[in-house]
Amino acid sequence: MGIVKELKKGALISLWFVFLTFPVMVIKVDPIARTVVWRWENALYMAVGTFVVYYIAQFFLKKKENQKEASEEKGLNHSIIHKILQNPLQRNIFVGVLAVAAVLFPQVLSAYQTNVMTTALMYVVLGLGLNIVVGLAGLLDLGFVAFYAVGAYTYALLNHHFGLGFFTVLPIGGLMAATFGILLGFPVLRLRGDYLAIVTLGFGEIIRLVLENWGEFSQGPSGISDISRPGFFGVDFDLQSSIIYTYYLMIILVIVTIFVVNRLQDSRLGRAWIALREDEVACQAMGIDKRKTKLVAFSLGAFWAGIMGVMFAAKTTFVNPASFTFLESAIILSIVVLGGMGSIVGVVLGALILILMPEYLRALSQYRMLAFGAILVCMMIFRPQGLISNIRRTYTFKKKTTNSLSK
Amino acid sequence: MDYFIELLFSGLTRGSIYALIALGYTMVYGIIGLINFAHGEIYMIGAFTAFIVATVLSIYGFPLVAIVIIAGVAAVVWSSSYGYTIEKIAYKPLRYAPRLSPLISAIGMSIFLQNYILLAQTSDFLPFPRLIPDFPFMEPIAHIVGSTDLVILVTTFVVMVVLTFIIKFTLIGKAMRATSQDRAMATLVGINVNRVISATFIIGSGLAAIGGLLIASHIGQINFYIGFLAGIKAFTAAVLGGIGSIPGAVLGSLILGLTESFATGYVSSDYEDVFAFSLLVLILIFKPSGLLGKAKNEKV
Repeated sequence: MGIVKELKKGALISLWFVFLTFPVMVIKVDPIARTVVWRWENALYMAVGTFVVYYIAQFFLKKKENQKEASEEKGLNHSIIHKILQNPLQRNIFVGVLAVAAVLFPQVLSAYQTNVMTTALMYVVLGLGLNIVVGLAGLLDLGFVAFYAVGAYTYALLNHHFGLGFFTVLPIGGLMAATFGILLGFPVLRLRGDYLAIVTLGFGEIIRLVLENWGEFSQGPSGISDISRPGFFGVDFDLQSSIIYTYYLMIILVIVTIFVVNRLQDSRLGRAWIALREDEVACQAMGIDKRKTKLVAFSLGAFWAGIMGVMFAAKTTFVNPASFTFLESAIILSIVVLGGMGSIVGVVLGALILILMPEYLRALSQYRMLAFGAILVCMMIFRPQGLISNIRRTYTFKKKTTNSLSK
Repeated sequence: MDYFIELLFSGLTRGSIYALIALGYTMVYGIIGLINFAHGEIYMIGAFTAFIVATVLSIYGFPLVAIVIIAGVAAVVWSSSYGYTIEKIAYKPLRYAPRLSPLISAIGMSIFLQNYILLAQTSDFLPFPRLIPDFPFMEPIAHIVGSTDLVILVTTFVVMVVLTFIIKFTLIGKAMRATSQDRAMATLVGINVNRVISATFIIGSGLAAIGGLLIASHIGQINFYIGFLAGIKAFTAAVLGGIGSIPGAVLGSLILGLTESFATGYVSSDYEDVFAFSLLVLILIFKPSGLLGKAKNEKV
């Protein structure tokens, strides 16, 4: 295509977007003072912005097509991180550096930074939990935050009424969430995937609305405060060391989660999940109990969300329904999608990027949700496999070895 | 008895609005098998466009009739344009991708549009101008059925008749039905499937915009978040009636509207939204194909 034609197309598209965004971007009315502000400069920004974005998008689309051809010829090319992880020596160095950094983090940086990092680590675990459901089993769960809420309120209520400690409630919270997962999943999982998405979304809203309105049970929108922080054999921490303690606790939880998820992935169950994600009918023909396998994935994901809920309640010492909106589910989903569905390294990286970036780019924080939305769309179009895609174990024929068959 | 009739009409009004939104869901689902998550946001944008245009016109002193017509047309035109553009950007590149991809893309689009309105306009609730005056002939029963309710019911009815006509008798309607039955076959007999899909999005978005305009003048205020709940509820209605079926969407919407209205009137208004979601979960347990939907087995 000629360059003039391309330019013409870009100009037409940016004109279309100027028209599209005209009422919302340009006009701003104040219905009470009865004044109209015409923000013409916004139309200009839109025009220029769309023009540029259009060519960037074209560039990436072309690149994607080229890549597709290239990867078909050369076979899969793995990312740098996977190369590091496959080489034992490099892997040990990599893990060692990470471990030292993780241990030293609270010693070097302030309590505030440690607290932020703890939050990011919580999202790592949440992302890994959702990764089991969405990434491995291919079930789109939009109400993941409901299980998180169940865990948080389990701890908050048990602590408030019965004074139970963090470590006692940790498994209870997880099991509660898993039970809810089974109760919800049981009727829905025999249906097609998109129904699951919407039902879990509805379920998430139900949980939040019940928590908000059932005042006698959950203390309504004002929430429950003064929840105990995690204890350590009866030692009383001051706030500073409690934050550091919570951080180390979180590190341990992350390691445990990564270990479990990694082992699960290669287990019989994990392979069944991946197979189910790819083709349900073929899976059933191979004798996999579709419903049971999905239910296990769903409740395992919920279990992790529940545990993190307990952790959340203990960390913030306060829960209220406002912490468990749909946006929270959307953030966790963005983490999984950005990182790469089914890829553990990807999810960890995705969580750290998505949670830490807005924290340090405060000026951009109001654009955070806008960016999350855009990320979901762009990732699906340009890079559906995520930042770091999962390596699929594939069987490849090697031409040299074919001779050995004839011997 | 008055209370009962009041609830009945309020239920029918709600139901009509849900129907206008649910039709968009069900039509898109029927043709490309996608739950268009951003549909609730289209409805919200329709309401916002109507709000902006109507307020500007009323500030510049236009007569009420002109305001209603121009705001209505603007809402439909812009919503349809948004629907068309969203399909081109977020769904068309993913037409042959795995099922989950367009759904995630749709959720992303929905979040994006909500925050786009939030940033470009405001997060506050805005008072929507009164577009429908109190009719004098409604005076004796005004305490039971408001003029707005009447307008909503009549408008919805007219829109349904027009839609049925389009789908039954026009060329594009026939092409739509053919495409929803078998896309590959429709392509073979010379139907431009891309154009049919675009048309579906345009019509569905236009209907949602009318719904947005009507509900906003009924409730009297809007904000960027109204599309989320309305979208889920309309989807519930579409599933209740059997997704993919147009009469089903209308029936499901009316049932949902009445259920909500009576439940809030006689039980409790705190759990208004819980009723809708519980209804959704119950239908999916006992009759996943909906009231008028056809059960389909997945084939290899």
